[in-house]
Formats: sequence, C-alpha cells, structure tokens
Amino acid sequence: MAELGKKDDAVERADATPNTTEVDVVDAAGEDAAVAAIEKPVRRGEPILQVRNLVKHFPLTQGILFKKQVGAVKAVDGVSFDLYQGETLGIVGESGCGKSTVAKLLMTLERATAGEVFYKGQDITKLSGRALKAVRRNIQMVFQDPYTSLNPRMTVGDIIGEPFDIHPEVAPKGDRRRRVQELLDVVGLNPEYINRYPHQFSGGQRQRIGIARGLALNPEIIICDEPVSALDVSVQAQVVNLMEKLQDEFNLSYVFIAHDLSIVRHISDRVGVMYLGKIAEIGTDSEIYDHPTHPYTQALLSAVPVPDPEAREGRERIILTGDVPSPANPPSGCRFRTRCWKAQDKCAEEVPLLAVPERFKGQDTQAAHESACHFAEEKDVVHAA
Amino acid sequence: MTIIDNTSAVPAPRADDGNSAPLLEVRDLHVEFHTRDGVARAVNGVNYTVDAGETLAVLGESGSGKSVTAQAIMGILDMPPGRIPQGEILFRGQDMLKMSAEDRRKIRGSKIAMIFQDALSSLNPVLTVGYQLGEMFRVHEGLSKKEAKAKAIELMDQVKIPAAAARVNDYPHQFSGGMRQRIMIAMALALEPDLIIADEPTTALDVTVQAQVMDLLAELQREYHMGLILITHDLGVVADVADKIAVMYAGRIVETAPVHELYKRPAHPYTRGLLDSIPRLDQKGQELYAIQGLPPNLLKIPTGCAFNPRCPKAQDICRTDTPPLYDVTERDGGALPGRRSACHFWKEQIHG
Amino acid sequence: MPEALDTSAKKLPAGEPATVPVPVDAKAEKTRSLWSDAWHDLRRSPMFVISAVLIVLLLVMAAFPGLFTGASPRDADLSNHYLGAPNWSHFFQADWLGYDGQGRSIWARMVHGARASIIVSVGVTALVTILGTLVGVLAGYFGGWLDAILFRLTDVFSGIPFMLGAMVVLTTFAERTVWVVVLALAFLGWTTIARVARGSVITIKQADYVTAAKALGASTSRILFRHILPNAIAPVIVVATIALGGYIAAEATLSYLGIGLAEPTVSWGIDVSAGKDQLRNAPHVLMMPSVMVSITVLAFLMFGEAVRNALDPKMR
Repeated sequence: MAELGKKDDAVERADATPNTTEVDVVDAAGEDAAVAAIEKPVRRGEPILQVRNLVKHFPLTQGILFKKQVGAVKAVDGVSFDLYQGETLGIVGESGCGKSTVAKLLMTLERATAGEVFYKGQDITKLSGRALKAVRRNIQMVFQDPYTSLNPRMTVGDIIGEPFDIHPEVAPKGDRRRRVQELLDVVGLNPEYINRYPHQFSGGQRQRIGIARGLALNPEIIICDEPVSALDVSVQAQVVNLMEKLQDEFNLSYVFIAHDLSIVRHISDRVGVMYLGKIAEIGTDSEIYDHPTHPYTQALLSAVPVPDPEAREGRERIILTGDVPSPANPPSGCRFRTRCWKAQDKCAEEVPLLAVPERFKGQDTQAAHESACHFAEEKDVVHAA
Repeated sequence: MTIIDNTSAVPAPRADDGNSAPLLEVRDLHVEFHTRDGVARAVNGVNYTVDAGETLAVLGESGSGKSVTAQAIMGILDMPPGRIPQGEILFRGQDMLKMSAEDRRKIRGSKIAMIFQDALSSLNPVLTVGYQLGEMFRVHEGLSKKEAKAKAIELMDQVKIPAAAARVNDYPHQFSGGMRQRIMIAMALALEPDLIIADEPTTALDVTVQAQVMDLLAELQREYHMGLILITHDLGVVADVADKIAVMYAGRIVETAPVHELYKRPAHPYTRGLLDSIPRLDQKGQELYAIQGLPPNLLKIPTGCAFNPRCPKAQDICRTDTPPLYDVTERDGGALPGRRSACHFWKEQIHG
Repeated sequence: MPEALDTSAKKLPAGEPATVPVPVDAKAEKTRSLWSDAWHDLRRSPMFVISAVLIVLLLVMAAFPGLFTGASPRDADLSNHYLGAPNWSHFFQADWLGYDGQGRSIWARMVHGARASIIVSVGVTALVTILGTLVGVLAGYFGGWLDAILFRLTDVFSGIPFMLGAMVVLTTFAERTVWVVVLALAFLGWTTIARVARGSVITIKQADYVTAAKALGASTSRILFRHILPNAIAPVIVVATIALGGYIAAEATLSYLGIGLAEPTVSWGIDVSAGKDQLRNAPHVLMMPSVMVSITVLAFLMFGEAVRNALDPKMR
C-alpha cells in the first residue's frame, strides 16, 4: 500500500477547516448541488472524509410518560480525524470507548449531537432526502456479527440484491441477478448459492455475503465495525486478505474499527486509539505501534497476549488497575488519569489536546505524532528488550 | 488402572491419595449429537490428562469439540440430543461416566468447578452477589446466613474485588465485565476444588482487563495447587499461562506439546497454519497466510485425516488413513516428552 | 433450524449441535428457508398431524354440513322422537346420537353447529391478529409518544375482564348475530397480540440486518415489510393459534349464558344450555355438544402448541 497518511498533512489539519460549499439542502436547487458535489470523484491521497469535533451524547432519562433528562452518556466527545482516499484508517479501543458510535455517526445512523462530518465538502450530518441517499450509496458498512447482520428470511440473492432495489439507478432490473452472481464470485462464494438462506452458511461465508452487500453499490468508503472479531482464527485471515484485495480492486477507503490490535496494525495505514469518547493518539501504524507516546496506548499494546512465549518474556507489561470509568460521568481533565501511572495534578485540571507534543515538535522522529497527553513520552512496549 | 474400586464411588480426599492416578484423565472419549440432518460427531476419541498444579490448554476453533469435551467432563452436556457412545472420564482413577447422578453432583462444584465465558448470563440477575457466593457454603457446608456472607466477603477479597464488604450486597449488573468474571472465579473457588475448567474465561473481556483476570487465575491456581483446563481459541492467551497444549480439530487432538515447544516448531500442519495466520503486533507483514477452505462439517467429517482438504501437504495416504497420535522425536530419535502429532508427515513438518 | 444468534462464534458447539457450522456442499443441499424448516418439523409431529386432521374435518363440516348428515338441525318432530336415546349402530343417520327436547336430531345439530363456532373463532382471531399486529408494530417500531399512547390504550383494554366485558357489550345489542359476537370478542381480545407483536418488533428492530437496511437508505415501509414483519410474525402466529381455541370456548360459554348467539342460529353453546334441563332423564343431550366443544378446543390448542414447537424449537 502506498504511503498515504502523510505526516505533515496530519499535523496541519487540526486547525484547518475544510472548504465547504454552503448549501441549503432544503430547496431543490441546493439538493441538486449537494448531489452533484457528492458524485464528484476524489483523487487518491486527498481527504475524502473529514471529521471535526464530533460529539454524541445519549440522554439519560427518568420517568415513563413524562421523561426528564437526568444526565448523558458521553459516548463520543469531540473526535476529529481525516480519512484519505484509498487508505485504511484503523480505530482501536476497548468496549465503551465510543468506536462503534463513531461508526454509526459516519453512517448517519445516529444524529450527531454536535460537530461535522464532511464528505467531499458536504456536511453529511445535516443532509436529508435525496442528498443523504446519494451519500448512503457511497458510504457502506460491514457489521461485526455475521449471524445477526443478514435477514434470516431472505435468500442470499435478495440480501445482496437489496441495494439495487433501493437504488434502482445503479443496476437495471434485468441485469441484477447477473450482478449479484458477479458479487458472489468476487467475494469467493459459489454464484450458484444465490437461492440459499444465510443459516445454510458458516460464519466466514456469511461475512463474505455481508461484504458483497456492502460492495453492491460500488461505494467509495466502507466502514467496518469489528468485521472479523466473531470469526475463527483460520477464517479471519481469509476475510482480512479478501478485504485487502477488494480495496485494491475497487479503490476503496476503509475505516476499520476493531479491538484486536494485531489485526488493526496489519490492515491499517494509520491508526487512532480511542479512550472514553476521545482520541488519545493518532498516527501511522509504525508511529503508534513502534513509537507510542500516550500511556494508554502503551498499556494497551503491552497487554496484548503475543502467541510467542519467548518474545513475551522480554517484553515489559503494564497492567492497568481498575476498570474504564463510566462514560456518563467521565473523570475531569484527562480521561485516562484515573488509571494512569503518570498522572499529576495538571491531568485532573486541564484537558490535554490532541496535538504533536511540544517536546517532539519539529523533530525528525516517529514520536512526533498527535498524542493527547501532558507528559507524552516515547516507550517501546511491543518489541522484546 | 483398569480396576475400579466400586465400594466407594466418591473419590478419596486429596490427603490420603496414595495411588498414582492423575487428577483427571480422559480416555478415548466420543460425543455425538443426533440432529435432524444426521449424527454430528463432535468428539472422536479424545485422550488427555491433567495433574494437580498443572495447566492444560485446549486450543481449537468453533466446532473442534473443545467445549463439548469440557461439558462432558462436567456432566452438563444436553443429553439428548448429545450421547457418549464410548470413553471414560477418570477423576482420581474413577470413571465419572459410571457413577450415579448423585455421586457426580457431589464431585461437580466441590471437586471440579467450571468458569464460563459469559459471566453475566451465568450469574442470577435477581440475587445479590453475596447471596450467590454464600449459597455454596450454605448448601454444601451448612453454614448460617451470617457465616456464609462473611465467607463471601473473604472470597471477594481473594479475587481482589475492591471494597468487598461494601459491594457484597450489589447485584451482578452493577459490576463491570472484569469484576463479574472475578466473581465467577470466586464462585468456582468457593469450595476449593481440585480442578477448574475455564471455558474461554477472558474472551468477552477487554485486553487490559484480560491480562488482570488471567494473572489472577494463574496466581490462585499456584496458591491452591489446582489442576486447570483452559479452553480457548486464542493462541496468545495460551502462550502466557499454559504448561502444555492440546490442539483440537474436528473432535480429535491433532497435536500435544509443552507450551514453548509448540510455538517454536509445530509438528502438525494445522498448528503451523494457525500460527502463521495471526498478524504480528511488532511488525507489519505482507499478505497474511490463510488456511484454505472451511472448518469441517461434523456431519460429514472427511475420511482419513480430517484436515486433509485444507492441508497444503496432503498426500493420498492422508485421504485414506486416519493418522494416529504419533510420538514426536528429535531428528536423531531423541525423546521429546509430551510431544505428539496426528500427522502422517510429522517428521517433515517439524524437521523438514 | 433457528437463527444462530450466537454473537461469539467461539462458543458455538455448546449443547447446540445444530448450529455447528455446516458448510454448504455444492450440490447436496437444497434451498431451505426457515419456514420450510418449520414445515419439515411440523410434519413429523404426531400432535400436529392429529390436530390438523381434526381441524380439517371441522372446517369441512362447517363448510359442507350436507356431507355428514341429510337431516336438518331445525326439523322438530316431537311426536316420534322426543328425547330419543342414541342408536349407536345408525352411523351418521339422523337418530345416531338421539334427539333433543324438541325432537331435533342431535347429530345434525352438532354438524351444523360447527359453522358458528368456526366463523366466530376464525373471525375473531383474524380481526385480533390484524388489529393487534398493527398496534404492536406501530408502537414497537416508532416508539416515543406513539408507543406511550398506544400502550396506555392497550393497558386500559387489558384491564377489562374478558368474559365480563363481552357480556356487557353483547347485552347492548338486541339482535346478536354471528358477526356481532365476532366484533364484540375482537374488540376486547386484541391486546395480547398487540403486546406480543410489540415485544417481538422491539427485539427485531435492533438486529443488525435492520441497521444494514437503514444504512442502505431503505424506506420505512421497506424496513417494516421486508425485514421486521417477516421476522416478528412467528410469535404472533403462535399466540393467535392458541387463542383460537379460547374463542371457541368463549363463544360456547356466552351462548350457554344466553348472551352470545341466539336461536335460530345453531350453536353448541345453545344446545348445552338446552340440555342442562334434561340432565337427569336424557344426559346425552348435554353430553354430545359438550364433547364437540372440548374436542374442537383441544384440537386448536394442540395445533397451536405444535406450531410453537416448530417455530421456536428452543422452547422445547
């Protein structure tokens, strides 16, 4: 894969606001303009998706008929990143860090509380109607659980063909069966399986069906939410390889959300680490894995069990105490401070910004990438000492 | 070893155990399920032993029979549709499959305990954690409510649940996933069993919590000198804690080895394939190696070696003859204790 | 087999051999929908076969009573046959089961009484299923204030005791035809289905395949009719078939009490009521229609039970 996530771009983009064509989507002319903007291709290596200060709070309510809000779960609390055309951006984090909510927000399956998601200059959080439908054609999703993501009462042909029913302009009616069989072939399934039902397939095969559905409309971006974590080890590798092959073949950009750090490293060009609704650290794969500067990333990496007892023995292990705090009531200042061994008073008072740490600025080192820590410091926890 | 003393069905306590019988020995165990589509042969002749203080990791993918074997040992297999057509499960030399239901029940819980993957669904949501922990003592040891609660707090301390005394009256949903798994461990430990079977104990947990729970389990095992059977699909978790590993495929053990040996030079193509298909954390690799094909259909296990349709090294003999578990030796014939492989070409695999 | 809703493939084999991944062999296996799987299970259930045969017999009886008896249920011949005892050897003839207090053939009345029972029970079940599913789906899918309003309404209706409510409603009608009884029972009976449908929809709407359809930009009607309804309907069908037997019993009870169907409609309930006065000297007059009600109710309950087992094998 080409060097896509250029460091300099990533450094500068924090304060750069994308060029937006301000369109009022309510009137028809505006909608036309929005659709036209969405149809325009993006060159390889340019940002295709720009996320700015994305926030999603789920209100906590009391009462049955007359609800009153008593608080909010801050699932996503100010997340910004760019996705470049043709790259894979990995997002890792533990359960409850908000990574799946980010996926839903990017898919506009949830309405953002605040912030913007620019897709080719259009803020998709504010689109509706025709323009939103055009966006949905171009951003598709692959789900975690191959058992619940396929309707058990539809045949494989109906499942993969459904995108054509919803967007009839993509494939004329007479052509659909052939297109579905082509897609089955592309994901490595026998095209004769078109009339079977999902329960007649194994987990890995089902995930291939889900991927075929995601590909049907020729999207530009695929959001993958834990796409291989429910699969067996031997099948995981097959699916990961398939996804890499398809990325090259169809020129796709992936947002790859997962908790498995090894797989994320394998497939990603850049990686963002999330903790309690915020991005703790973001950079290229070797910046994050070989030169992590945020204590949370270091703890996370050091805790990964490595299938090699000898490599294991030389590695330092950081075992965190306690559990992830509740996102309804996150700690003040730095959210990681309650479990951090470096925490000081400053961490409770001041929220660390996601930026290249002062001490690494302008240096020619891989440690010079964005990290939201007051005391960022490089520490190799992955390689045996 | 074949003579079974039928006069006392309940095994002798640890103290006066003079015989050399291993803590648990599974011999030629078969389990099958009768389904509408035919007979699914989930376990096809499994043999393994676990001694006190030893950790055996049983590694396998879904459908390999690793969990079914454990359920058969615990006697919690659904029968029907399950059936055990042959085999023995010897606990301290006595076949549990021949015991009365009552004798088995006595062993289960007090001598052998099990930890499940999903702690939330294994705990009763309407009873407090303290009550559920104390129940073991009230039922098995006849303690009073107050004594039982004190014991429960003691157990919670032992599995390092902070502020145990304050949290003893909380309900399971009030605990985090990691804490619930600790409660499960506490429950398994309550009656100081000789053997713990842990079925994917950390799979549902986050990486940082996983490490805490595995460490706790290993520490308690050392402290109590228990046998531990760790069932998992995760080669990483195994590498950390196991003494020896048994790799299962299609209901059979295909390879056994001491933990370090297995990773250094696997003697079965399936193990080799599994190790190669895991991406590395410490370096960026090229395309992943992937084992071709699908896990076997248990209704129609291939003849010969069950792995042959997916094996890159398969020859004609693999399609006709089922390989026995060969003893694996050094190139010069030197012994490699504990190493066995069910591959006709183990020599080529390990030395070639 | 049921959908393997196991979120973690890792613990698949646990006691559920049927969900062990069964790779598809190119030619050996045919298309198999969940409905055809259920049908496959049903055909092998003796409970289903027995009850289905009984129900088919009853349906034929209701549609073509002439096939079973030539006698008319309304021909009263007081002189010859007043309270005549059964003649067991005269199969299917007018005097087979004897005569009632007005000298009418009991066999003919039993055959012709099937129509009222079947129309009432099937009619009520159909109405209740349509209304209840509509309310349940709207409340469950859209949630929010619509759910709050619809569900307060459901609570109000389920607060009314069924039989008492039916009596009150029916006494307000001067002429109680079959259709009046159907409407009255349906009016009071839809809440159970609504609850079941709502619960089922709430579960299904969280499934990933519904999210997937939304992500594709599917319209609400498409999501409801393609994805939610086909998956949510199974428990509704089960509850409806079991309730069907209950409505037969309800109709008979109301008719017995004199506030359900009325003469000249032929109904088992009316006959039971008439028979109770002659219990001492002619017990068969009461027995025969009672047996008919029991067999019919039992047939539908068994049918419902068999359908439940087939649609949800986990409950066995």
